[in-house]
Amino acid sequence: MSGLRILVPVKRVIDYAIKPRINKAQTGVETAGVKHSLNPFDELSIEEAIRLRERKGPIKVEDILALSAGGPKTPDVLRTAMAMGADRAFHIDVPEKGDAGLEPLTIAKMLQAVVKEQNVNLVLLGKQAIDGDQGQTGQMLAGLLGWPQATQASKIEIKDEAGTIEVTHEVDGGVETLRTKLPMVITTDLRLNEPRYASLPNIMKAKKKPLEKKTLADLGVEDVRKLKTVKVTEPPPRKGGGKVEDVDGLIAKLKELGAL
Amino acid sequence: MVNLELRRQVINVYKELLFLGREYPLGYQYFRDRLHRAFASQTQITDDEQIRKGIARAEFVKKEVEALYYLKRYRTLKKRYGSEA
Repeated sequence: MSGLRILVPVKRVIDYAIKPRINKAQTGVETAGVKHSLNPFDELSIEEAIRLRERKGPIKVEDILALSAGGPKTPDVLRTAMAMGADRAFHIDVPEKGDAGLEPLTIAKMLQAVVKEQNVNLVLLGKQAIDGDQGQTGQMLAGLLGWPQATQASKIEIKDEAGTIEVTHEVDGGVETLRTKLPMVITTDLRLNEPRYASLPNIMKAKKKPLEKKTLADLGVEDVRKLKTVKVTEPPPRKGGGKVEDVDGLIAKLKELGAL
Repeated sequence: MVNLELRRQVINVYKELLFLGREYPLGYQYFRDRLHRAFASQTQITDDEQIRKGIARAEFVKKEVEALYYLKRYRTLKKRYGSEA
């Protein structure tokens, strides 16, 4: 095994601290003029790629490639990824149409093409994006490539030079450890690591790192939509509880509700 | 005699803190005012050693703010996506 060539696909999403508003046509959430940032789960996967390099394990990390598909503002998150420590980035230019963007299958096909073209042997993805919450891309990509996959990793260890990898993930009532060999696909869970902050000097330095612009057509993928969003609505508002005066009031209320 | 190297370091750490402040939960204005005041209150320091201590303290605060952001995000996401309530 020569070296690890890691692909980290990322997504630009509405910042986690912002409450999303539904647009008037009820076809999606309002994105214009809303603060966006790098999907938190993707930050974890970038951090893990950098840590694999810093840990100086049995296999040297040769390349960390960040990739994102989207409109003209997508490079922002790629710069953040490179400020954290990715070596280079691909921006797949997809025009914004005011909808949810590419579907997971299209993205998986696009990633498959990049994996082949760039000779990638490890793909680290966030387990889901906090906007669509679909959580499908990693699994679909593993399927298309025919590679082993470990989802929702909480620990990743490279065991030897032959590329044996152990991935731990949390399951109901304990942890499960999977062992496989490179190449593989891993999706990250929240507890995997603590992503570093993209500091000002590093963001400045990241501006010098190579960022290539490509299109879906370059990768031989078409933007096919198989799903139609019928309607997006807010969840019903929570009804507040009532207060009772005393014990008698409580009992009366419980009886009224049929609990006694 | 002003130590130019230290002066540069102070300005740098101030800029980095300002940059961090853009995401401060209580707002950029709140953070900037306080940061400015904290630096302004130390202008009379001339001793190199004291200035170095001040820079170290600023670096410490920087780490604290970064940790605060990390924890805030981690807790929010855990609340949203964690299995147990």
